[in-house]
Amino acid sequence: MSGANELLEIKNLSTSFRIKDDFFPAVDDVSLTLKKNEILAIVGESGCGKSTLATSIVGLHNPNNTKVTGEINYKGKNLVTMTDEQFNNVRGADIGFIFQDPLSALNPLMKIEQQIEESLIYHTKLAKAERQARVLQLLEQVGIPNPPRVAQQFPHQLSGGMRQRVMIAIALACKPPIIIADEPTTALDVTIQAQILDLLKELQAETESGIILITHDLGVVAEVADRVAVMYAGQVIEEAPVVELFRNPKHPYTRSLLNSIPQMNSEGDKLNVIHGIVPSLKNLPRTGCRFSPRIPWIDRATHEDNPTLHEVAPDHFVRCTCWKTFHFEDEGGSVQ
Amino acid sequence: MWKTILRRFLVMIPQLFILSLIVFIMAKQMPGDPFTGLITPETDANRIAELREEAGLNDPIVVQYYNWISGVVQGDLGKSYTYKRSVSSIIGERAYNTFLLSLLSAILVYLIAIPLGVLAGRYQNSFLDKSIVLYSFLSYAIPTFVLSLIFLFLFGYQFEWFPTSGTVDVSLEPGTMDYYWSKFYHILLPSITFALLGTTSIIQYLRTEIIDASGQDYVKTARSKGIPMRKVYSRHIFRNSLLPIAAFFGFTITGLLGGSIFIETVFGYPGMGQLFVQSIQSRDYSVITALVMLFGFLTLLGSLLSDIIMSIVDPRIRID
Repeated sequence: MSGANELLEIKNLSTSFRIKDDFFPAVDDVSLTLKKNEILAIVGESGCGKSTLATSIVGLHNPNNTKVTGEINYKGKNLVTMTDEQFNNVRGADIGFIFQDPLSALNPLMKIEQQIEESLIYHTKLAKAERQARVLQLLEQVGIPNPPRVAQQFPHQLSGGMRQRVMIAIALACKPPIIIADEPTTALDVTIQAQILDLLKELQAETESGIILITHDLGVVAEVADRVAVMYAGQVIEEAPVVELFRNPKHPYTRSLLNSIPQMNSEGDKLNVIHGIVPSLKNLPRTGCRFSPRIPWIDRATHEDNPTLHEVAPDHFVRCTCWKTFHFEDEGGSVQ
Repeated sequence: MWKTILRRFLVMIPQLFILSLIVFIMAKQMPGDPFTGLITPETDANRIAELREEAGLNDPIVVQYYNWISGVVQGDLGKSYTYKRSVSSIIGERAYNTFLLSLLSAILVYLIAIPLGVLAGRYQNSFLDKSIVLYSFLSYAIPTFVLSLIFLFLFGYQFEWFPTSGTVDVSLEPGTMDYYWSKFYHILLPSITFALLGTTSIIQYLRTEIIDASGQDYVKTARSKGIPMRKVYSRHIFRNSLLPIAAFFGFTITGLLGGSIFIETVFGYPGMGQLFVQSIQSRDYSVITALVMLFGFLTLLGSLLSDIIMSIVDPRIRID
């Protein structure tokens, strides 16, 4: 998994939140690698820890109630152990971040130009006029019509799609090799979603950056991702190249997720759902297969006591052994 | 925008008219009249009756109101019964005194409250925050006249650091440096007293806003750009937190002429607040009504100013 193409290596990363006096891991021992020139998608239900993982990578957690352990290695340095001041040299410059809701993520009192310009002030030595030129160039690059006009506008004067384009321009400002997009299309309507995804793909190809795309939308994953990590209850339970994952899903959770996508041609059929809910941080079983409570019809013996990731095909990793005998509840016997 | 401002001024006319009716009637309902205070055992009852007749106090109240309001419309606020001078000139002098005192007080209030509010919000739940919140509650709970008396007693009489009444040392030549310094010296203690007690709402608002703004998404965006925390506070959190304070600023400006009844009375400072109390005590109707009308107008103007200020500082708000 190592090589010159490796941009970011996440090793045994755990992020725990404090509830009363105890720490509960929302991200539990996650190891992932982002390569140059690829889009790595992280998928999972709400509460599976995917956004927490994203914010951990840029160190945006409140240190008073959060504990981050493990390693995030970037250019030979471990981001986890950096001080806030050291981290400020990485954020914005080397890692760009795109947030979910572009309205609340933009400062309502600042002009678009100022908001994009800000990271240039701290990470580059560009003069004022050069920064302004760069802002216009960025706005052009993210497909905003009439950049000089938009640069002087305030966020509330722009549409949702335009705001998200501005957000992307902010993330791209210093040409960071890594971009983290935390559900960049969730707050947008469907036609705009497609435009933004196309834009992300285009920009990625242009800049050869690595993108970590956090999403719960498998449609988005299929469209843009190169590699996918599926998270459940704080752990990565399956990781594979995108085609492999969709053709050959292994883990019961991944299969259940794919099975629950509404199908165009199955109108009138009941929508397949996954039983139960994601366990809350406090009630999460810390041993055994974390998905087992939601597939109670599967024999307990098929789960590992301490599930680890197994490579089942080249670059395809699955946690626990229960996938071997897994079948959907209404299927009766084993399909394997 | 000019259209809105004009419209707001036009709306003020009926509002002020209703206010004038209420004030006039209430003032007249008070027992006694401006001449009651002149009565001594030697006073000739007929003379008092004559004075009343002359002043028009025996006319029906409708006629009295008509006489008064027709003067007001033409800019004539009438004559003070007590001072025998035009009301506008009396108010003019007092307004100047009050303006000086209030201006210094307001400056001190903002100088104290803004840093404290920001610190309390930034270091939420720390010892510092708790001390500031304690101070703001204490200052809210202490009546103005109590602290004024304590300060006057301690710093005025015991230590003799400050003058105890008046606006200026009367022996000084107006226009000299010493004269202005003396003026400043006279308003210093009342201003400090007022400022120490007037910070509560700004501290509390600012603290809450800072805490609230710190959790907003745009702050995370700012952090994700890798700009120093200090800049995140000054450029993003602080500016957004000031919006509610700006919403009050119009009232602060017009309030500069309102004066403080307690402070001015305790410190013997001849300003609007003191004038108001005195005019009520001496049933000086023309001064009472003029002052209440002025306060009413200032309040309405304050709300208009606040709206204009809001439209300037917050690009989302526009007055068409």
